[in-house]
Amino acid sequence: MEAFIQFIVQSVRYGTPLLFGTTGEIITQKSGSLNLGVEGVMAVGAIGGFLFATWTNSLILGILAAFVCGALCGLLFAFLTVTLQANQNVTGLAMTIFGVGLFQFIGQNLTSGSGFPAMSAELAAKVGENGIPLLRDIPVVGDLLFSYNPFVYLGVVIAVLCWVYLFRTRTGLKVRAVGENPAAADGVGVNITRIKYLNIMLGCGICGIGGLYLGMVLRSGRYDGYGDWIAGYGWIAIALVIFAAWSPAKAIGGSFLFGLLLSLQAYRGAVVSIWPAGLSWMNAIPGEFYQMLPFLLTAVILVITSIRKKKDGGSPTALGLNYYREDR
Amino acid sequence: METFAVQLKNITKTFGSVVANHNVSLDVRQGEILALLGENGSGKTTLMNMLSGIYRPDSGSICIDGREVSIQSPEDAKRLGIGMVHQHFKLVDIFTAADNIWMGMEPTPFGLREKCKAVDARKGERGFFRLAKKTGLVFRCAGARFKGWFLSKKRNARVAGIVQKFGFELDPAKKVYDMSVSEKQTLEIVKVLTYGARIIVLDEPTAVLTVQEIEKLFAVMRRMKESGHAIIIITHKLNEVMEISDRVAIMRKGESVGVVNTADTDEQQLTELMVGHKVDLKIRRPEVQFDRPLLEVRDLTVRSDEGSVAVDKVSFYIRGGEILGVAGISGCGQRELCEAIAGLRKVESGRISHEGKDLVGLPPREIIAEGISMSFIPEDRLGMGLAPSLSIADNMCLKDYGENKWNPVVNRKKARAKARYVVEELGVVTPSIETPVRRLSGGNVQKVLVGREIIGNPNVIVTAYPVRGLDINSSYAIYDILNLQKEKGVGILFVGEDLDVMMELCDKILVLCHGRVMGVVHAQKTSKEELGLMMTGSLDLVSLKEDKHLGIARDSGIDDKESA
Repeated sequence: MEAFIQFIVQSVRYGTPLLFGTTGEIITQKSGSLNLGVEGVMAVGAIGGFLFATWTNSLILGILAAFVCGALCGLLFAFLTVTLQANQNVTGLAMTIFGVGLFQFIGQNLTSGSGFPAMSAELAAKVGENGIPLLRDIPVVGDLLFSYNPFVYLGVVIAVLCWVYLFRTRTGLKVRAVGENPAAADGVGVNITRIKYLNIMLGCGICGIGGLYLGMVLRSGRYDGYGDWIAGYGWIAIALVIFAAWSPAKAIGGSFLFGLLLSLQAYRGAVVSIWPAGLSWMNAIPGEFYQMLPFLLTAVILVITSIRKKKDGGSPTALGLNYYREDR
Repeated sequence: METFAVQLKNITKTFGSVVANHNVSLDVRQGEILALLGENGSGKTTLMNMLSGIYRPDSGSICIDGREVSIQSPEDAKRLGIGMVHQHFKLVDIFTAADNIWMGMEPTPFGLREKCKAVDARKGERGFFRLAKKTGLVFRCAGARFKGWFLSKKRNARVAGIVQKFGFELDPAKKVYDMSVSEKQTLEIVKVLTYGARIIVLDEPTAVLTVQEIEKLFAVMRRMKESGHAIIIITHKLNEVMEISDRVAIMRKGESVGVVNTADTDEQQLTELMVGHKVDLKIRRPEVQFDRPLLEVRDLTVRSDEGSVAVDKVSFYIRGGEILGVAGISGCGQRELCEAIAGLRKVESGRISHEGKDLVGLPPREIIAEGISMSFIPEDRLGMGLAPSLSIADNMCLKDYGENKWNPVVNRKKARAKARYVVEELGVVTPSIETPVRRLSGGNVQKVLVGREIIGNPNVIVTAYPVRGLDINSSYAIYDILNLQKEKGVGILFVGEDLDVMMELCDKILVLCHGRVMGVVHAQKTSKEELGLMMTGSLDLVSLKEDKHLGIARDSGIDDKESA
């Protein structure tokens, strides 16, 4: 039982960066912009937020910096696709290359130069699995719900707020209108450019926090001198947007489910230990299979959603299309 | 001097090298309906788009209520009380009617400053009470602001109230994708009225409506006129112009050619003004000796995309040199029928036979090779048959680029020759044959499509709505093309919507109602009333004459043993 709870807890820890990435990307996509650069935005948010956090020795300032760095990437994306009308797919891919490259450039320079900064003990303690006092001591429930690091709760709160923003506010209605039919929104006096800029930046900022989480919690702030901290999480987040049917509320469940799949490889022993007789086959399957599972699930979901062909399945109709008023 | 609701003065607008509007002037009074008449591509919509803030004029000025204004965006137009109902509705499909209206609404301002001033103005109160009252107002204002961020749960009820106030019928909770065309149009009109529009532009509002719906729309327009709105209606249909408008402004090739009082004019004069020369409004119907049956359809059943039966046991035949019209309310299986003949849709049961050869199950390419051409003009006109971003020439060779199997290179020389031929023969207005089709105006696009279908020398032409949204000149050009083909002995299936035209052009008319044949009548012997009754399913000639096998030719090429 203990091992199983541990498995669930790990799933949530692995799912949280996806929650940030997915929520952010949902906000961006709902305003009609397909940003394929989540991976890069998360990388920039990670390095920017991490350096600022270690420099100021403050978690909150680090999170803010990660948000700002992400939002700046969003500003670049918005300038290219909204103002200059560049192709969104190409811009997004370029954003990935740019963000990851920037991360490696800074990371490697620091590693070979003054040394990659480490988190102070104080900072490391702040991002530890501290949970919520008192509540965390409740047996089982306390472990499952109240034993996490602050990012997890921040992520859930942001996702819920984003859901309220999109589906219960006036601005949210305009955002969805822009994503569905910008000409219709424009016709009733909605400022398309403003809505697009703000939501791309907001979405990318949230993605940036997800990057910081990956660096500070999952990688414990250690950088080995090559590669980057994101390692494909950004791409899974984009897939999760479809899985969550463009709803930040569903993204919470979806992220943790994907977290479950991601931690299955390492923790399948724990799952087997609950019911060794029935589940021992899980150990026999090679680990690579488990790595593949999130992507397999995404493919299955894509097939199902395209078969169902629901009219309001959440996918913004004008997703990925640039709007130019005088276009015929 | 009289003040006009709208005055456009010497407006000029160019797109690249194309002059869309040249020195156009126009004025509309309050409580007046002005019809804006002109052929396709004469710049009516462009002109109106400048009023609604979509485009900005290169030169010229716009006055609203006698005051010169600058309209930079739809937002400006909305503020000035200008509302436009576009030809292609600008609605968010997945939203409800209420949300479509709500997305352009701002929360009513609380008016803190005014309310504070009102407190100050009251006498006899101590400073302390005043301060307390003002503090209360500040909190209430903050509360109202906060509430204003959120979507009110009462918005459906509020919109229902607005709808009622203007005297319409509309369910605010209905999603747009569930609405009929007429409901969508009502929503658009309610939308502009809600935003306080006093100047309303309707761009071809009747193009997709049924006769009854048009009557309803006209009643609405008269009511709006009585309440002092200025209305501009863009249309091609002369009878509608005569019925609804007070004055008519006519445009030709981007210039205004005149304004006349509706009462002082007639359809003939309007046509001449619009086209620039005399036009005979009668459609020619050449007498051709009918040939043997070319295309025979027997008990054809086809399903729609949703899986319901769209074409139900339909039988008919077309002889060479005959135009068979297909009438019916839109969406009664016309599309499915055309697609089944062209091999684009699976045939559930029944036979399609061309000169005795069974076509069911053949791929479209082989059906084309058999000499059957199909052109379908959907409601959005560009949706089918042409590749919008390709040039006219490239579109010409879409159907036969693979003629020579062993030649990997497309023969563009031939395609260009065809394009030049179509452009010249049908009078397509285009800068060059290398212009992408989407840059052409609607009528010219259709000419290109119909032209391509005819140039392949088919012996059966299936054409659906070939004149949809076309002006008179282009329409008559298309009728002439079809008649020429008829004289050459081609069999033509003409799916149309305008009954007057079909009764003049076609030899026989087949009426469909919910996928079933209601009867086949001779165009010269029938009446509009009879056709109307059949279209709505009130009159079913097929079940009346059960012993007579309607739709089966006496000299049928289909062997009865075979089909049984």
